[in-house]
Amino acid sequence: MGRYVIRRLLQMIPVFIGTTFIIFAMVHALGDPVAALFGDKAPDPAVAAQIRQQLGLNDPLIVQYGNYMKGIFTGDLGTTFSGQPVTELLKTAYPTTLKLTLVAFTFEVIIGIGLGVISGMRRGKLADTGVMVMTLIVISIPTFVIGYVLQYLFGVKWGIADATVPEGAPIQSLILPGIVLASVSLAYVARLTRTTIAENSKADYVRTAVAKGLPRRRVVTHHLLRNSLIPVITFLGTDLGALMGGALVTERIFNIHGVGYYLYQGILRQNTPTVVGFVTVLVIVFLLANLLVDLLYAVLDPRIRYA
Amino acid sequence: MGIHATEVTAEHGRGRTADSEDAPLLQVKDLHVEFRTRDGLAKAVNGVNYSVRAGETLAILGESGSGKSVSSQAVMGILDSPPGFVTGGEIVFKDQDLLKLSSEQRRKIRGTQMAMIFQDALSSLNPVHTVGTQLGEMFRVHRGTSKAEAKKKAVELMERVGIPAAKERVNQYPHQFSGGMRQRIMIAMALALEPDLIIADEPTTALDVTVQAQVMELLADLQREYNMGLILITHDLGVVADVADKIAVMYAGRIVETAPVHELYKRPAHPYTRGLLDSIPRLDQKGQELYAIKGLPPNLLRIPSGCAFNPRCPMAQEICRSEVPPLHAVTEADGAPIEGRGSACHFWKETIHG
Repeated sequence: MGRYVIRRLLQMIPVFIGTTFIIFAMVHALGDPVAALFGDKAPDPAVAAQIRQQLGLNDPLIVQYGNYMKGIFTGDLGTTFSGQPVTELLKTAYPTTLKLTLVAFTFEVIIGIGLGVISGMRRGKLADTGVMVMTLIVISIPTFVIGYVLQYLFGVKWGIADATVPEGAPIQSLILPGIVLASVSLAYVARLTRTTIAENSKADYVRTAVAKGLPRRRVVTHHLLRNSLIPVITFLGTDLGALMGGALVTERIFNIHGVGYYLYQGILRQNTPTVVGFVTVLVIVFLLANLLVDLLYAVLDPRIRYA
Repeated sequence: MGIHATEVTAEHGRGRTADSEDAPLLQVKDLHVEFRTRDGLAKAVNGVNYSVRAGETLAILGESGSGKSVSSQAVMGILDSPPGFVTGGEIVFKDQDLLKLSSEQRRKIRGTQMAMIFQDALSSLNPVHTVGTQLGEMFRVHRGTSKAEAKKKAVELMERVGIPAAKERVNQYPHQFSGGMRQRIMIAMALALEPDLIIADEPTTALDVTVQAQVMELLADLQREYNMGLILITHDLGVVADVADKIAVMYAGRIVETAPVHELYKRPAHPYTRGLLDSIPRLDQKGQELYAIKGLPPNLLRIPSGCAFNPRCPMAQEICRSEVPPLHAVTEADGAPIEGRGSACHFWKETIHG
């Protein structure tokens, strides 16, 4: 197990280098960052050349990347064009996004699995049909539509929830954005749970559990659910990373100053250090979440052993 | 384990039929089970009668789809419902009709008074729980024993069914056991609370031949020791011969022949049984082509009129296509009754005597 973890961690290194380089190159390809810095006005060529020189933008791409990577290993992720260190931005943005993600993740787990179990156990009944139709609707509508509609209804028209999230992002103001962020994943989780529950309820070992005279509740919780949740947990793990990345849209809608907000600003200004810094952290989170899922998998299913 | 039809007769009689005056442990009367499927009504069991006494082994023999498993699932109360429904009859177990009990009452009987052993122990055991947990669960749920106590009981059970190093292996998972050992665990689980009746649904089908014999022997030993009733469901005539006291042959949801085990092998009274026996490979017929019953088992959505076996029967006459044969009492050629024999064939006399 320990060796497996180490191997997986080592595998992260090439992934890390690859992703950072691709992002670095892509942001570079977007165009001239100095021009973007000046907005609509054309910069004075002499000033622009001086800034380029300062930021090392005249060096070949690979040299710029090398300089950037050198910085990373000394804890320096570069500075934004406004002079703020990227690490500082990360420190303010990530806790907020993490909080939002956790709220969304909680909804996804509780409501998604709950609905899935209910509809899987009552296949073909009204509850099942209801869940299927609802989740299909949620999956079909883009998040930003759901987001704006819910924001308008709950936040503006009925005034039940905060329409925008104030500074500091208190938990209660994140409930509505959390639901919006979770909505699509939640629908997938519900459907996936329903399928595995329905499939496993016909399994031989469930029949054995019934034949043993176990109460229905115990058959479901100890035998059916435990086995059915294994694929669901795999999905949840990979989705944790996707939720953080997907928070971009939700954060825009509810004006949350998280990862999505800064990333959006960074892309708009073609600020390579900001974009690469934020995406790199996202990538690491994604990789760690995947590793965690694989380890959890072995805990949940004793047939899987890593060596 | 190719069985020699003539060999089996010697192997029988363990003096178990002494208490024949007592009421049977289980009596199934005119049981009907149907499956309401999208394609229509599948009549899986159509008026089945049988009984089992304490210490007795009844073998129910039949092809897939003959209703042998479904009838026993109805007895256990684990029929998949829907689509399966018991539509008629009685299942009298220890003087009470199980079909009149609430589902909670039936649940309490399962595991404690009647237990079931399934065919494929790998898929029938839960892959994510240790065998100790699954064995101990019986005591935890039905007897309310503590976790530690339940585990001790699990180890005892594993030792009882001959699993070596039970103390260490109790914490292992089903996939870490061999097929034979897994089936032993299934047996241990069924045996846990010393039920009065065990239903074994093809307990050895998934095992290889050498292990089959060991498992059957174990089952027979335990049955004798605890004086349990045993229903052995199988399609393997070889398995039945050594352990059963009596046999019921099922076809298309009906019992077509009943007989004490040695009687059946010696002289079948139904063409279907005869066909089954003739299709066993025999040493003295080496080199000849093996007999096979022609045709396929009937579609339960469209059971043939009259005797369900008539389209495949070499003896079929007009009457077989129009009239369902009742289970005739089978007698000797001179009319002397034979204990426990019956045949649902219009021409049973010709089949057995001529």
